[in-house]
Amino acid sequence: MSVLASIERRRALARIEQRPGAIVYGLLTFVLIASVFPFYWSFLIGSGDAGTLSDTGMSWIPGGNFLHNVRAVIENDSVNFWHALANSVIVSSVISASVVFFSTLAGFAFAKARFRGRRGLLVFVIGTMCVPTQLSVVPLFIAVSKFGWTGSLGAVIVPGLVTAFGVFWMTQYIAQALPDELVEAARIDGASMLQTFWRIALPVSRPAAAMLGLFTFIMSWTNFFWPFIALNQSNPTLPVALATLQANYFVDYSIVLAGALLATVPLLTLFIFAGRQLVEGIMRGALKG
Amino acid sequence: MTTSTVVVKAPSRRSLGLRDNLGRWDLAVSPYLFISPFFILFALVGLFPLAYTGWVSLHRWDLIGGELGWAGFDNFTFVLQQRQFWVALRNTASIFLISAVPQLIAATAIAAALDTHLRNKTFWRMSVLVPFVVMPVAVTLIFGSMFGERYGLVNRTLSDIGLGPIRWHTDPLASHIAIATMVNFRWTGYNALILLAGMQAVPRDLYEAATIDGANWLRRFFLITIPQLRPTIVFVIITATIGGLQIFDEPRLYDQNGLGGEDQQWMTMTIYLYKLGWNQLNFGRAAAVAWLLFVVIVAVGLLNLFFTRRIASSEDGRR
Repeated sequence: MSVLASIERRRALARIEQRPGAIVYGLLTFVLIASVFPFYWSFLIGSGDAGTLSDTGMSWIPGGNFLHNVRAVIENDSVNFWHALANSVIVSSVISASVVFFSTLAGFAFAKARFRGRRGLLVFVIGTMCVPTQLSVVPLFIAVSKFGWTGSLGAVIVPGLVTAFGVFWMTQYIAQALPDELVEAARIDGASMLQTFWRIALPVSRPAAAMLGLFTFIMSWTNFFWPFIALNQSNPTLPVALATLQANYFVDYSIVLAGALLATVPLLTLFIFAGRQLVEGIMRGALKG
Repeated sequence: MTTSTVVVKAPSRRSLGLRDNLGRWDLAVSPYLFISPFFILFALVGLFPLAYTGWVSLHRWDLIGGELGWAGFDNFTFVLQQRQFWVALRNTASIFLISAVPQLIAATAIAAALDTHLRNKTFWRMSVLVPFVVMPVAVTLIFGSMFGERYGLVNRTLSDIGLGPIRWHTDPLASHIAIATMVNFRWTGYNALILLAGMQAVPRDLYEAATIDGANWLRRFFLITIPQLRPTIVFVIITATIGGLQIFDEPRLYDQNGLGGEDQQWMTMTIYLYKLGWNQLNFGRAAAVAWLLFVVIVAVGLLNLFFTRRIASSEDGRR
């Protein structure tokens, strides 16, 4: 009987462990094609001319106009491409660096320091994640105008300097990655809290900080609503600039889609090098969320 | 200060006095200093604006002229009497449902596929996340060109297989489906990874036991995976709700005018808010819409929580 049971068990395990069949690979291949197809489509139209989209005998082989269309995007005066690219790099870099620094600082305090109200304050931080910040545009805009910040990058950078998600994420990580003994030892050696943070907590948090930085960079790079309101065409970020491509009376989709693809290249490049970490980060974040 | 940090030998008893005090002060105050940046910033760009939105909504307030006097609840009653407001609410809810429901189902299926013993796991996981790095503005421009009424790829394909063209930019429901497709393109893979993380946290011996009991793949999936996944699903739904009800980028760029279509076919709440505030320069009314949208989001969030709890407990009861 016990022999039978163990055979039964091994068989059951084998059934769970077996390599998936064609259905699974078929589904994933379909998803892969759906994920990549829009890029191909953009390249297809973006390498043609103004008539390509409406051409009834449209070919699936790209034309030779891609670089020409890219140049049209870059040289379009109302798009300000290089200016927008530089702005996006500045905004996303400053925001990511700041979010990582302040979130790690707060995370260290929440995870490793004992102070009155710690628990309550942490719950409060998590609660604020549910407040939709986009709804604050009206007063934010009033405040930004009062300070004379409309149109300047500061208006876009300052509201993003530290996030509840970041604080929560770093708290979770530091709580399990940094041993209490290490913090204790540093204190006995006479290190202040700030020194302990700088020399011990910050190096230990590097993996989680990298993921947070990556995630924050993508979120601020793709952000549109508030930059669109706070900035203007003469000093845009990339999404704001891209949006003006379509605002003309006559829309040439070969140029619009060349622009859309061009604006995607930086993050796509980042994804090729750091996609694995991003996947890991999203999955690890989900478990705690 | 600098010398005291590199002390390696244990300090003598006598020199402890001042340092001890400093140390105690450090321990008591530093944590508050460390967490203060978040709270200060949240107070400035989160809490204060929320309250101030309420204040503005009770005034006549012009984008250029500023405050023009007390209005009481006039802005709210005005907005609530507008057909546009209710159309915007309908569109927002419709786009949200059309995107969220299929997206959740697809994401769960993809996650289940990723949760098998795949070759090249990392490759497949990365492949579903590619759309996430495309900014919504670009997604909308790309898909907008596919959903053109005359020359779009979708309508051309439909006519190739003998179906009539769909009026993606005229018919409200069709425009909602097009916009929902854009949202789903960007977020399905992302949510699949979150659900996958949840699936991998399910204790493997549950599957083992069920398999021994003769449960096939489908039964295992519905009787073990889904119930165990409940907290993750709730998390995904809540984040999708908060983001989905504020949708702006896609409807804004779905046509050149960006105001939600000629007959407000795809005008969402946030588009309406923008229209009131920045086209009609009426900040009082825009603020009123912001508050109403906030109330809607909170209500839907609570409703979600209530239903998922109920479904969960009835499922527990059945088992």
